Amino acid sequence: MSDEKILEVKDLRTSFFIEGNEIKAVDGVTFDVPKGKTLGIVGESGSGKSISALSILQLIDSPGEIVGGEINFKGQNLLDYSEAQMRKVRGNQISMIFQEPMTSLNPVYTIGQQIREALKIHRGLDKKDGTEKSVELLELVGIPSPRKRVTQYPFELSGGMRQRVMIAMALACNPELLIADEPTTALDVTIQAQILELIKELQEEMGMSVVMITHDLGVVAETCDYVAVMYCGKVVEYADVKTLFKNPRHPYTVGLLNSLPRSDVDQEELIPIKGTVPAPHEMPDGCRFAPRCPFATDLCHSELPSLDDVGEGEQVRCWIYTDEWDGDPEVKVYEPEKRTSED
Amino acid sequence: MTVYIIRRILQLIPVLLGVTVLVFLLMHLTPGNPAQLMAGENAPPEMVEQIENRLGLNDPLPVQYFDYVAGVVQGDLGTSMRYNTPVIDEVGPRFWVTIELALYATVLSIFLGLIAGIISAVRQYSIADVSIMIVALFGLSMPNFWLGLMLMQWFSINLGWFPPTGWGSPEQVLLPVITLGTAGAAIIARMTRSSMLEVISQDYIRTARAKGVKERIIIYKHALKNALIPVVTVVGLQFGALLAGAVLTEEVFAINGMGRLLVDSIMNRDFPVVQACILIISVVFVVVNLLVDISYKFLNKRIDLND
Repeated sequence: MSDEKILEVKDLRTSFFIEGNEIKAVDGVTFDVPKGKTLGIVGESGSGKSISALSILQLIDSPGEIVGGEINFKGQNLLDYSEAQMRKVRGNQISMIFQEPMTSLNPVYTIGQQIREALKIHRGLDKKDGTEKSVELLELVGIPSPRKRVTQYPFELSGGMRQRVMIAMALACNPELLIADEPTTALDVTIQAQILELIKELQEEMGMSVVMITHDLGVVAETCDYVAVMYCGKVVEYADVKTLFKNPRHPYTVGLLNSLPRSDVDQEELIPIKGTVPAPHEMPDGCRFAPRCPFATDLCHSELPSLDDVGEGEQVRCWIYTDEWDGDPEVKVYEPEKRTSED
Repeated sequence: MTVYIIRRILQLIPVLLGVTVLVFLLMHLTPGNPAQLMAGENAPPEMVEQIENRLGLNDPLPVQYFDYVAGVVQGDLGTSMRYNTPVIDEVGPRFWVTIELALYATVLSIFLGLIAGIISAVRQYSIADVSIMIVALFGLSMPNFWLGLMLMQWFSINLGWFPPTGWGSPEQVLLPVITLGTAGAAIIARMTRSSMLEVISQDYIRTARAKGVKERIIIYKHALKNALIPVVTVVGLQFGALLAGAVLTEEVFAINGMGRLLVDSIMNRDFPVVQACILIISVVFVVVNLLVDISYKFLNKRIDLND
């Protein structure tokens, strides 16, 4: 990966302090976003993907707190910024859209007022210019009769339309990075495709970089250039999207792919990942995936592997790919032709 | 909107009719004869009867009631039995004193309540929050006549800062307004706090933060407007309690308002004045709550008043 990096997250740690306990929601997460590209962050609920995204903009509410790491945006560590400096980044250089379009817009202000706000803060546009720009933005995101829409309230719009408004709002100041936190999860399938298509189009048009948070590998395949797979607050695999789908390395990634219906291979059944995600306060000592991993050895259960390079910019957090591996040296983690259950 | 307001005003009619029936019956069914009171305890029966005839007290009750309602509809609230003057002349000037007292107390309770509630919500569980909520609990639990007497004892008698009685000058106004407004401020503070806490955790507040909006503007613009609806409801209902509280406050501070007039008139069985006072208080209460309902529309356009 020789591309210029717009965002480099290094060893990010975000914890929640509840009744004296530290819950490590994000526990040493590292990933890069190449300029103009899309990075997908994939994981189950509770894997820490949304908290990672919110941490980038420092939108973590108490009792959560970023306790360590670096978030380098264009070479500057955002964690060194003051709150006032961060406000100049938010909605301006880095924007964010959220999962729930139904509740993410303020119900008591018009669409126009809400889009104008960002333009006023970051560009100093007055009401008239702000309204003109808002109309343009609504047109850009494909909202019909935008001049009428700016005077309407969120309740007058459907979920898909509201997500378009959210996108228009996020793009108001031409951000260099857009963080999309499950932008299509709450939408109908047909609308999902439209919204993803829209984000992709706008990305090309504006040369933005995108961080796409999702639990849906279909969304990843469709929109992302690179993928970070997260499990229990850690990145377990990082690769470009083609490699990830063709040659997944981490048993968890393989598990996710096996549980996904596919049309390109002959598939007799879907194979679910056994077990459940461990609760935050009873994390295993070794590899967090070990209790559910079909290949786990004593080493896996006792010691945590590190995220190591395994090829052209690909990284994996698994003992199998290290010299210390104490299991079957010929182990095949992914066998696309022979997708049968282990038991 | 206009249709809604007209409909609500029409709904006033049965409410007020009900109020007149109730008050009329209550006054006439309780023991005590105004004519006897006017004539004096040892007056000869012929004199009492003469007064009764003059006041129309010997007519059948329904006739008396319809005479009264017919008068009210024409804008005539009757004649005070005690002073023999038109009721409107007795009630009018005192009505404004009470309204003034109630309005100042409302303004004070909204002002203090909102500020305290917002501070509490923004710094949940801080020392400020806990102290405000404890003070609010006291404010809520203190009977207002007792608070009035304590304030008077302390600030008027011990310290001599304020005159203990009367109404008109700013010094005279302060203590009664605090007395009457404290409970309301406490209720509004608690309501604002819980309402703000609920709103602050909403997704759209996070959206505003993600846009780069300043924390202060998030609180006062994005959160407060959403949090106000339940608070405004409480203010409207509280206004009724305030009018009732005004009766006690006026007694304590010897203010010649409608509350005091009402109590005196009940003592003297001055039926027309009692009826007029209660009718006016009812109208004020209903109108205030109509205004509250209309204000919802301005706070949240989604609310359809015609539903």
